[in-house]
Amino acid sequence: MSGYRLDGGGRIDRSRRLAFRFDGETYGGHPGDTLASALTANGVRLLGRSFKYHRPRGLLTDGPAEPNALVELRGGARREPNTRATTVELYEGLEARSQNAWPSRGFDIGAVNGLLSPLLPAGFYYKTFMWPAAFWERVYEPLIRRAAGLGRATHAADPDTYEKGTLHCDLLVVGAGPAGLIAALAAVRAGLRVILADDQPEAGGRLLARRAPLDEDEPLIWRDKVLAELRSAPNVRVMPRTTVFGWYDGNLFGALERVADHLLAPPTHLPRLIYWRIHARRALLCAGAEERPLVFGGNDRPGVMLASAGQSLALRYGVAPGRRVAVFATADSGYQVARDLQAAGVRLAAVIDPRRDGEAPAGIEAPVYRHTVVTSTRGGRGLAGAQLLDKAHGRSIALDCDALLMAGGWNPTVHLTCHRGTKPVWRDDLAAFVPGETGDAFRVAGAAAGHLSTPACFASALEAVAAIGTELGKPVPQVTAPACPEEASEVTPLWWIKESKGKAFVDFQNDVTVTDIPLAAAEGYRSVEMMKRYTTLGMATDQGKTSGVNGLAILAEVTGRPIPEVGTTTYRPGYVPVALGALAGPHVGPEFRPVRRSPLHRWMLRQGAAMIEAGAWMRPSHYARGEEDWFAAMCREVKTVRGRVGICDVSTLGKIDVQGPDAAEFLNRVYCNGWKTLPVGKARYGLMLREDGFVYDDGTTSRLGERHYLMTTTTANAAGVMAHLEFCLQALWPELDVQVASVTDQWGQIALAGPQARAVLAKLVDGLDVSNAAFPFLAAAETTVLGGIPARVFRISFSGELAYEIAVPADYSEELAEGLMRCGAAFGIAPYGGEALSTMRIEKGHPAGAELDGRTTAQDLGLGKLLSSKKDYIGRAMCRREAFEDPERPVLVGLKPVAGGKLRAGAHLLTAGDTPSVEADQGWIASSCYSPTLESYLALAFLKRGRARIGEELVVYDPLREGLYTGLVCDPVFVDPEHERLHA
Amino acid sequence: MIVTCPFCGDRPSEEFGVLGDAAPVRPADPAGDPEAWYDYVYLRANPRGAHREYWHHVGGCRQWLVVTRDTTTHDIAAVEPARLAKQTAPEKGEP
Ligand SMILES: [Zn+2]
Repeated sequence: MSGYRLDGGGRIDRSRRLAFRFDGETYGGHPGDTLASALTANGVRLLGRSFKYHRPRGLLTDGPAEPNALVELRGGARREPNTRATTVELYEGLEARSQNAWPSRGFDIGAVNGLLSPLLPAGFYYKTFMWPAAFWERVYEPLIRRAAGLGRATHAADPDTYEKGTLHCDLLVVGAGPAGLIAALAAVRAGLRVILADDQPEAGGRLLARRAPLDEDEPLIWRDKVLAELRSAPNVRVMPRTTVFGWYDGNLFGALERVADHLLAPPTHLPRLIYWRIHARRALLCAGAEERPLVFGGNDRPGVMLASAGQSLALRYGVAPGRRVAVFATADSGYQVARDLQAAGVRLAAVIDPRRDGEAPAGIEAPVYRHTVVTSTRGGRGLAGAQLLDKAHGRSIALDCDALLMAGGWNPTVHLTCHRGTKPVWRDDLAAFVPGETGDAFRVAGAAAGHLSTPACFASALEAVAAIGTELGKPVPQVTAPACPEEASEVTPLWWIKESKGKAFVDFQNDVTVTDIPLAAAEGYRSVEMMKRYTTLGMATDQGKTSGVNGLAILAEVTGRPIPEVGTTTYRPGYVPVALGALAGPHVGPEFRPVRRSPLHRWMLRQGAAMIEAGAWMRPSHYARGEEDWFAAMCREVKTVRGRVGICDVSTLGKIDVQGPDAAEFLNRVYCNGWKTLPVGKARYGLMLREDGFVYDDGTTSRLGERHYLMTTTTANAAGVMAHLEFCLQALWPELDVQVASVTDQWGQIALAGPQARAVLAKLVDGLDVSNAAFPFLAAAETTVLGGIPARVFRISFSGELAYEIAVPADYSEELAEGLMRCGAAFGIAPYGGEALSTMRIEKGHPAGAELDGRTTAQDLGLGKLLSSKKDYIGRAMCRREAFEDPERPVLVGLKPVAGGKLRAGAHLLTAGDTPSVEADQGWIASSCYSPTLESYLALAFLKRGRARIGEELVVYDPLREGLYTGLVCDPVFVDPEHERLHA
Repeated sequence: MIVTCPFCGDRPSEEFGVLGDAAPVRPADPAGDPEAWYDYVYLRANPRGAHREYWHHVGGCRQWLVVTRDTTTHDIAAVEPARLAKQTAPEKGEP
């Protein structure tokens, strides 16, 4: 037992008791406690084991920089590893477990690593587990992962919900300590729209944990006055429990609001976390400073903590950090802590100050040792005492203490200012890095800017807000900072105690000791970034918040360079770990992205369609009847279309309306084939190239009027083609008088295909003559169907059968589908899905997605004759490149298995007798299907000199699936090669 | 990031698509110097500092824009409609 609850004081509600469990033991605490303060109040000091040596560890800090007191919080699907006990607000029923300890945190087998530590220096893993390479995956990695590895994540689905939001403001103030509060107050009075974000549940920052008066009164009285004024103002949003974790381009800030993490579980109407994106015209960083630990022997023993953490325990949480508390200070702030603890009723053991000059400040009711250092500590699982060295007299002093507070100076919280590449700047007078130049949009005030006294913090904040108000045209009225006493704030850095005995830790989380750094330097890792990676200093969940500056200062000393020359490692977003759930927000599972549904979606479901994803679209794969599987359904649907008649939803094809006097000229320039001769009432196949000459997209475009065309695109490229056309019109040829509009969603479209299609269509239309003579292949008409529904009818075919596509305004889609089913009932009409459609297009040799893969040319696809030589068009100059005309290029052919068997897309083709190799490769299968029409597998393939090899037997090489078998090269049009059905 | 579209005003950058370097000019003659065509199709400047780029307001007015962006800070100095930008484009060879 060491820490205990003080009789009074603190921001806790002593009238209520909260029960919680840690490692299975039940404890009590109060609202206002953190898990760390409540455990300390219960005398628990040992909170976990360290990462590498499994040394006993307690808490070091009072906030998000905590490297040691990491726990697994909650259980089941909500188990969250590596949660900092110093930031966990206590709630009734809280459950937490320690980490890195097996079988228990009191007796840990891994601690034997500590005994082996001479064998585990920096770079140990790199040196030891290098050879043999084959051992890495099977032996070393599993071994290391079991031995190390912080907490365990849950494998269960996250039961909580998350949200994302966007906020805009004139001024974002990061941090609601004294500087942030006065900045927000001044900005609000100036009429600026202000957001004040702070990571704590209540505003105040360090004011929550100190006694120094403001306006000769308790500091929180001033805070409450400011908050009251802010609350009554309409132009400020105060956001507690909100950590601003990243600064991004355009002065955008990322912030994480912990809406429900202080509760056992989020109420059903609330998200657990909200990820805010804050667009700030100006921002002011008032994030304060993090205290630095001191590096001496045994500085990791539970009970050794930062002075600010001990001060917080006593003043904010009403907890004595120990029964005999010593303070080891190289900064004046340590004396203030000692006085505050004393006033709170904590018994001091001593103040140890390595500095020799000047007099010890008055009012400390304990021995003050000047020119003295701590060289080692003692104790089992917690601190029992410290060994001091009085350097003036060369004598050794044994000090009994159960808590030792380190005041090693302050590191301004510069992290956010570095996220866009600004480097922090070293200041010798502060022995710390301060923010570099970040421009007017993001300023820094208070301790974050290196102002270590409260009056200076207030002054810098007011100065910054005055400048911001002037820039934004809102003059800031005079705001008077509260009176506060001058404080001594000198820091004399002492980077490590050279007289140390035992391990002196620089990075607690990664178990990097002071001897690891010279070793890294001696082995050539002199750059701070390399030293970080070699020793792991500054890695993992705390990202070196407490260890970074000490580490690089020691590196500077051992390499004989000044600290600014060594520099810092790069601080990147986020400042604290951000749950992936918050970044994903509500976009998980089926809500991952929007789904596009055809206007026939519900109708198709009623017909028994099995829907599958096709990009963002849902499309029907097949319509199963009875016990049919997809294959049986596909075969039946193909036979229905080839034998009688079927209908298929084609609403997802891209439809682009092209209008204007120059529409024909425009089409001429975006398609490789000619458009000037297409008459009104006719459709034409169009092939679109990219400017580099490869095929981009294809589709049918119809001329509906003198200046009116309707273009169709593939489903996959609809959005891309639209953007491409807009680019051509606006950026390349603004002189063309043409308008384009996407009308994909405005029209429902159904393909009607099969020998009986004309008979069905005749019953559907309101008098349009659909005879072969009046409405031949590639005819297009605007008409009405089913007694007055406006419609467009096109005689085009993807299946190779006599076929039409009928388009109606989207809201009439179901009526059209029902009408077609009625008109076709006597002919045995049935809907068909994507599987049947895909089979029929392969049977017919129509290239689709797998053939239009961005690597094929018009010539490859056998469409070279479309390439006009009479005009300029996108891709014209490049599509006749030498390489495109190379006779060795693989071109589109058909392929049939010789002795039955499957053909699979992705298989490669070899000349009979060749050994498989990249050099011997003759081509590949792009698409394949089982053809119910030909009762065989069929494939479309790309084959070198393919058109000259019709009739050749090739080896189909498919080592992953079927092995080797033989295929026969044939024409890609397997069914109705004379296209008689099309024109019937 | 916020982009000020000349037609829609301040809009989040997520509404825009980016094509890249707006400097290359499409050669007039498809049968002209192949080298000019290779440059147009494949060669893109990647300068440090100010860069004129084609952006497309996909989720807004659907206009193609020429955005002058500093590649080191992402600060946007100018946004103009692409159909007007042809006239204001700097001569080839200028930064
Ligand atoms: Zn716009």
